[in-house]
Amino acid sequence: MIERSQPSDVTAEVSPATRSIPAGWRIIGGKEFTDHLLSLRFLLLLLLLGALGVGTIYTVAGTIRDAASQVSGARGIFLLLFTLNPSTSITQSLPPFVQLVGFLGPLVGIAFGFNAINSERADGTLPRLLSQPIHRDDVINGKFVAGLATIALILGAVIVLVAAIGMIRLGLVPAGDDAMRLFTWYLMTVIYVGFWLALAMLCSVLFRNSGTAFFAVLAVWLGLTFFGTTIIDAIAGIIAPSGTTGEQQLNNLVWRQNLARLTPNRLFTEMGQVILDPRVQTVDIQGLVALRSNQRALASVLPFTQSLLIVWPQVVGLIGMTSVCFGAAYVAFMRQEVRA
Amino acid sequence: MTAGAVVIRTVGLEKRYDDRIAVRSLDLEVRQGEVFGLLGPNGAGKTTTILMLLGLTEPTGGTAEVLGLDPARNPLAVKRHVGYLPDNVGFYGNLTGRENLRYTARLNGIDGRAANARIDELLRTVGLADAGDRAVETYSRGMRQRLGLADALVKSPSVAILDEPTTSIDPVGVVEVLELVRSLAHDHGVAVLLSSHLLHQVQQVCDRISIFVAGDVVALGTVGEIAAQQQRGLNVSLEIGADGDPAATRAVLEAVPGVVAIDGDPQDHRLLVVTVAPEARSAVLTSLVGAGITPWLVRDRGMELDEIYQRYFAAAGGAPREVAA
Repeated sequence: MIERSQPSDVTAEVSPATRSIPAGWRIIGGKEFTDHLLSLRFLLLLLLLGALGVGTIYTVAGTIRDAASQVSGARGIFLLLFTLNPSTSITQSLPPFVQLVGFLGPLVGIAFGFNAINSERADGTLPRLLSQPIHRDDVINGKFVAGLATIALILGAVIVLVAAIGMIRLGLVPAGDDAMRLFTWYLMTVIYVGFWLALAMLCSVLFRNSGTAFFAVLAVWLGLTFFGTTIIDAIAGIIAPSGTTGEQQLNNLVWRQNLARLTPNRLFTEMGQVILDPRVQTVDIQGLVALRSNQRALASVLPFTQSLLIVWPQVVGLIGMTSVCFGAAYVAFMRQEVRA
Repeated sequence: MTAGAVVIRTVGLEKRYDDRIAVRSLDLEVRQGEVFGLLGPNGAGKTTTILMLLGLTEPTGGTAEVLGLDPARNPLAVKRHVGYLPDNVGFYGNLTGRENLRYTARLNGIDGRAANARIDELLRTVGLADAGDRAVETYSRGMRQRLGLADALVKSPSVAILDEPTTSIDPVGVVEVLELVRSLAHDHGVAVLLSSHLLHQVQQVCDRISIFVAGDVVALGTVGEIAAQQQRGLNVSLEIGADGDPAATRAVLEAVPGVVAIDGDPQDHRLLVVTVAPEARSAVLTSLVGAGITPWLVRDRGMELDEIYQRYFAAAGGAPREVAA
């Protein structure tokens, strides 16, 4: 995702001892990736997500099995593992798997980004690193790629584990369409978590102290998660007050939704709702209203490509947000003095 | 010590920040096979100069040339050939010394057996052969500094830039490090640019030095040349120890034409420090003897690098960091 030309070999003729130097970001990325895999936070996050995921799926699978007789033959049963609320049986507290990832995913991104740059500064390794024959952006590119790879590994491992348990409990193998949906959702989850990685890296460039950077990005995460909706609804209420007429109320809801779509969390949620459930035909408020008045809801099941088309704006938006956020970190890093 | 080709040249090099000038109109030439010392207090612009030579910060004026290349335009080519030991060098504490060096080697396109052989050799050279497989977080500051030196040499550079290479190394180690630096330049033809605020060390190892104060080069040349430049027309200090009434001695000295000041020595109250024009030095002694006072100590404090250095630092007002643009 980060394409940059390799260091050009213009130096070859001035260098008597020409060595071919591989792209710096690969070497830096490789080293960072190894560091991440050996770190305690990798193990802890893997265990945390793994345990919660398994708990959720195990419960949901039980629920589905009980109800399976009634809905047998319907497509997408397998994916219900990830989207159904497991609150029916043992526990009331576990959210569906998609919500769990939506909530805890950012933490994974933050964990591998908040000290990416400032720790190099604090340890005095940055000047040494930058005095090697690499481009300056190799450092931040390599670290971002390593972070993304680590995130992809954690999420991939958890999803595969959870899917495997689901298969055993349900005795059901996902169809090609289901697998495709799950894989797409996985890719988008990596990008969503990548947004938080990029944000954390931005903070690690801006704040010299890794503690400060951690709390800064944590504040954004908690703020968006717990107060985001409240604030957005309040703003929507000012722009388009929810009045007594149906039209006013609808207008208010539309504003709420569109403002909320400025956050990656909302885009991720909507993407998941459609991608992981072939029955969902729209996530737009207007669309839902139209569907209800036409009584067409639940009439059909969409093929994967149609679902993807519905949430294409969300997908592009999420990729865009992550890119912009990484771009900001990149620019901030490139403009900083080596020593400051 | 024969002067080789010029490998570092700066002409009017300048770095200006919003509120201050870090380096002002610097002209330098460092030749192959010589050790060149940048001497100056902290904040004098030494590190900024070094960063400009490596292309890690852009000059706001003038030009720099390293091995015929402009570091601002072609930093990669420069950094292939320049080994750099930063001030307060740091390493990844969770990795061993050897692993840290191997990372640097990989970034320089040296891998596999060649890298291992080179690293073994360097660890031996800097005296870390036994500690190479320990995590760097267990190293002392001095060991890190030695590892930093090895790190700067991994790429077999033709120019080595060492920023404060001897800080936090014990006295025995300093001798070894300076010997290594000297051998790099004189035996292997590496151009060494070394910055330090410890002038005795600079004096020992550097073929030529430049003294930096607040972004300005105030003196440039060999230690002898600088001393000679400075001595001309400047007053010298005589240390005089004499028995008897100090007041009487003072009175005699005050009467000598050419004596500028008479101070007590703060360390030894028996001594007087007389600042005098160089041509009046003998007159000081004759008049003392003539007055019946025979000093048991007369010493020309002269113009060691020490003195020159102190003089510049005093002139800079002791706070070179805040010099206005």
